[in-house]
Amino acid sequence: MDNLHQLTIHEAHKLLKDKKISSVELTEDVLNHIHSVEDKVHACITLTEEEAIRSARTADQAIARGDIRPLTGVPTLIKDVICTKGIRTTCASKMLENFIPPYDASVIRRLQADNYVIVGKANMDEFAMGSSTENSAFFVTHNPWDIDCVPGGSSGGSAAGVAIDECIYALGSDTGGSIRQPAAFCGVAGLKPTYGRVSRYGLVAFASSLDQIGPITKDVTDCALVLNTITGHDARDATTVPLGVPDYTRALKANIKGMRIGVPKEYFVEGMQAEVRSVLEVAIQKLEELGAIVDWEVSLPYTKYGLAAYYILAPSEASANLARYDGVKYGYSYRNTNNMWEAMEKTKQNGFGAEVKRRIMLGTYALSAGYYDAYYLKAQKVRTLIKSDFEQAFQNYDVLVTPTSPTVAFRIGEKVDDPVAMYLSDLCTLPINIAGVPAISIPAGFANGLPVGMQFISKHFDEESLLKVSYAFEQATDWHNQKPPLS
Amino acid sequence: MLGRDIFQIVEYFATCKAETQSELHFFDLPSACPITLVIAILSHVVEYETIIGLEVHSQLLTRSKMYCSCSTDYAGAPPNTHVCPVCLGMPGVLPTVNQRAVEFTIMTALALNCTIPGHAKFDRKNYPYPDLMKGYQISQYDMPMGVNGYLVIDIEGKKRKIGITRVHLEEDVAKLVHRTAPDGESYSLVDVNRAGMPLMEIVSEPDIGSPEEARLYLVKLRSILQYLGVSTGNMEEGSFRCDANISIRPAGTTQYLGKVEVKNMNSFRAVFRALEYEARRQREAMSGGEKIPQETRGWVDDKGITVSQRSKEYAHDYRYFPEPDIPPLAFSPEFVEKIHSGLPELPSARYDRFISQYNLPSYDAELLTDSRAMATYFEECVAIATQNSGRQELPKKAKAVSNWLLGDFTRLLNASNTSLEDCRIKPAQLAELLELVEQGTLSGPLSKTVFEDMFNTGKTATAIVAEKGLVQITDSGEIAALVEKIMAENEKAVADYRAGKESSLTFLIGQVMKASRGKANPAVVRQIVTDKIGGK
Repeated sequence: MDNLHQLTIHEAHKLLKDKKISSVELTEDVLNHIHSVEDKVHACITLTEEEAIRSARTADQAIARGDIRPLTGVPTLIKDVICTKGIRTTCASKMLENFIPPYDASVIRRLQADNYVIVGKANMDEFAMGSSTENSAFFVTHNPWDIDCVPGGSSGGSAAGVAIDECIYALGSDTGGSIRQPAAFCGVAGLKPTYGRVSRYGLVAFASSLDQIGPITKDVTDCALVLNTITGHDARDATTVPLGVPDYTRALKANIKGMRIGVPKEYFVEGMQAEVRSVLEVAIQKLEELGAIVDWEVSLPYTKYGLAAYYILAPSEASANLARYDGVKYGYSYRNTNNMWEAMEKTKQNGFGAEVKRRIMLGTYALSAGYYDAYYLKAQKVRTLIKSDFEQAFQNYDVLVTPTSPTVAFRIGEKVDDPVAMYLSDLCTLPINIAGVPAISIPAGFANGLPVGMQFISKHFDEESLLKVSYAFEQATDWHNQKPPLS
Repeated sequence: MLGRDIFQIVEYFATCKAETQSELHFFDLPSACPITLVIAILSHVVEYETIIGLEVHSQLLTRSKMYCSCSTDYAGAPPNTHVCPVCLGMPGVLPTVNQRAVEFTIMTALALNCTIPGHAKFDRKNYPYPDLMKGYQISQYDMPMGVNGYLVIDIEGKKRKIGITRVHLEEDVAKLVHRTAPDGESYSLVDVNRAGMPLMEIVSEPDIGSPEEARLYLVKLRSILQYLGVSTGNMEEGSFRCDANISIRPAGTTQYLGKVEVKNMNSFRAVFRALEYEARRQREAMSGGEKIPQETRGWVDDKGITVSQRSKEYAHDYRYFPEPDIPPLAFSPEFVEKIHSGLPELPSARYDRFISQYNLPSYDAELLTDSRAMATYFEECVAIATQNSGRQELPKKAKAVSNWLLGDFTRLLNASNTSLEDCRIKPAQLAELLELVEQGTLSGPLSKTVFEDMFNTGKTATAIVAEKGLVQITDSGEIAALVEKIMAENEKAVADYRAGKESSLTFLIGQVMKASRGKANPAVVRQIVTDKIGGK
């Protein structure tokens, strides 16, 4: 069978289950494909070929015993911010360039229990700080739809990898849009679960109250399948909720007749590309055609403070989370001095990239004596207001729909020297993390030849509504089947 | 110019830079009078009072660490063997709260009469140091486990209430070991075994008025923690640590003259000495017209002084913010009540009971109830000793047990540096010894010898008595023979006694006892000697 790498999870699963293919065949095909496209895309920091073949064999043995679940034997890319025991986990930082964790993230344990196959660790913005993957300390990842463009970020390697079929699915992490924005830029599906739905144990922390791991996949069905495996309470993460986990595939119904959908006007911001706006309008009309009741005039008034609040809260937490990288215990260590304090300072100076240092300084400042009330405390209050904006909206609507990003993928280098322009790229995704609600981005069309993402938002722990509306839209359109020219 | 006016002037000079003569007019002083002289005069007139607040850090006796499942039993273990990714602060790991540590902290707060707020939360305290694995300590900032409590101490027969500001929970840091290489280069090693140990902080109000009060507060606090079973209270091993804030002010005023934090005190004695030194140093500084800067000072035990470590300008900005990895804790009234009703009897209650139940003198009750182990030992021993006797026997037997415990027993424990728990004499064995004395089988002096043997060998009193043939001689014929022999040998003493020298009788009795190698019954000896020697 040809082009196995193009399969979705559910397609591959069926073939594996029916013994039409083996996991080793599938994995070898994916690895071969990686070799043919990786020098153009640069999605991976580390390739784990031996590990992949070994776990594919294990998966095949399990399948032979009849022990098969949807992710069994299916090759995946893991964002390099998720710890993998025995496999280098760099966070795309010089600081952890040679760091090999002696432990697995809880999501990895869950995948392993299903006999997953890991083909590599995906590139990203350093410590997940960025919107273009240009902040990787190692190299830039290219968008498969136009290799002169960024794949988005920070999970750019994961999204580009899925788009160009370097894997069947990928895991990313999302602190302010880091799954959804690259998924939109690369024309694939990406879901950020409710805060507390997926264990963060082993996810290298950027902003602990915002971070969440989620799937990046080729279609909505695959999102549901990955969620089924990675969600649920974890004793190692006190912020996961002890709620039961539904079978998300049950939400995959094409009928959305009577579903109430709100269109918050604040997300159609000034500076939004006109082509993106029209793609969204057409897509939302499609939802109406499918029987949804769309309200085009919803308002979430506190949205406009989202960006400001985010750039206080996230850097504040980051400034503490990144304090541990002092060269004393692991990772990069500056040794060319006899002075302990100088060694610790130089380690941070040389080990972190510019954006990481910018955010550490921003957060340190915001938390300093005399500024805490004006910044951090006020941002926390804004957070409460944004949350209540959403809570009120969800009394009237099942889901909200917005663009995932105001623009399509921009050109590499276009915004690197303008952090604020870069931050604006996440305008539509940040408030979701601040509120802790779940959201998904799915392909909704093209503008200027590049994919446009549509974002659905639902209330806390209602990922099912996201999957339901996305699936219905996907069934009625063909955007998710488009392949980038590079493939 | 009397009374409070003087204090005001002193305060004024102490806190302002009063260097112009014109300011003297404000106080109606002769303008020719130099400022330094005024201060010198006033300083001799003015009585200063000392104000002390204590911060105690106590490791908790939980089985696992505060935020991970590593064992807390690391004493004596090789460095970095009781560690895991969580307490090592590795990337991506998360803390989970030790429920037992939370309970211990609430128990302590309740025992210290604190209010338990309905909610508590953890916060990150940020500061870079190589002993701090994450670069921040998970502590509690503005929502601690307990607030507004107090502890009562006895000072010179009077009760003093010392306010407790707060009780909160945090984690210990790693241990740094400083070394010097053969080439003279100094370096530090990090032992992470201690990192992540649950650490409870108890902050007192500045209610403590003297180094002695501070010492009494610590003794009482430690005793409470030991009673609760939440801490070993061992200061030398560092599981119970104390920092002090100390300042002075003219008696009757409210303003502090500088505030000094004293650290590095590793024993109760060190706390007492350091505070004595610091109170004196601050008074002398004031007398010399100096200001007392706000600073942190370290106690140097072998020199008996404090030295400046850090001034206020270099004080840390800890940038506290709520710990996002741990959701806030909520305590229901039922939960708090359950812990409250499960509290063991505390030292002050036991002290009261020892007086009412056993009729013990307050001195005995105080010393016995100081340590939970001693008080429990006492009660077990008394219970066994009174098994077969009536209620009226209780006070007498209790006092006898107390005498043993506070006398020879404590002396031997201290001399051999043995803890009560490790001691080989168990309550039942002490009760057996008492029984032998009561029956007259053993004399007072003999019983002490036997006790020492018991202490050293772990054998029972009966066994030792049998082994050494130490049974008391009560046969009056045998004793009379001895008495006659001694009187014959000490004619002068006999004559002296008859001439009115009272002490000669004691001498003669002592000689008889000695001749019997302590085995003669002292009461019988006294009777026979008195009979034979006749009246004065």
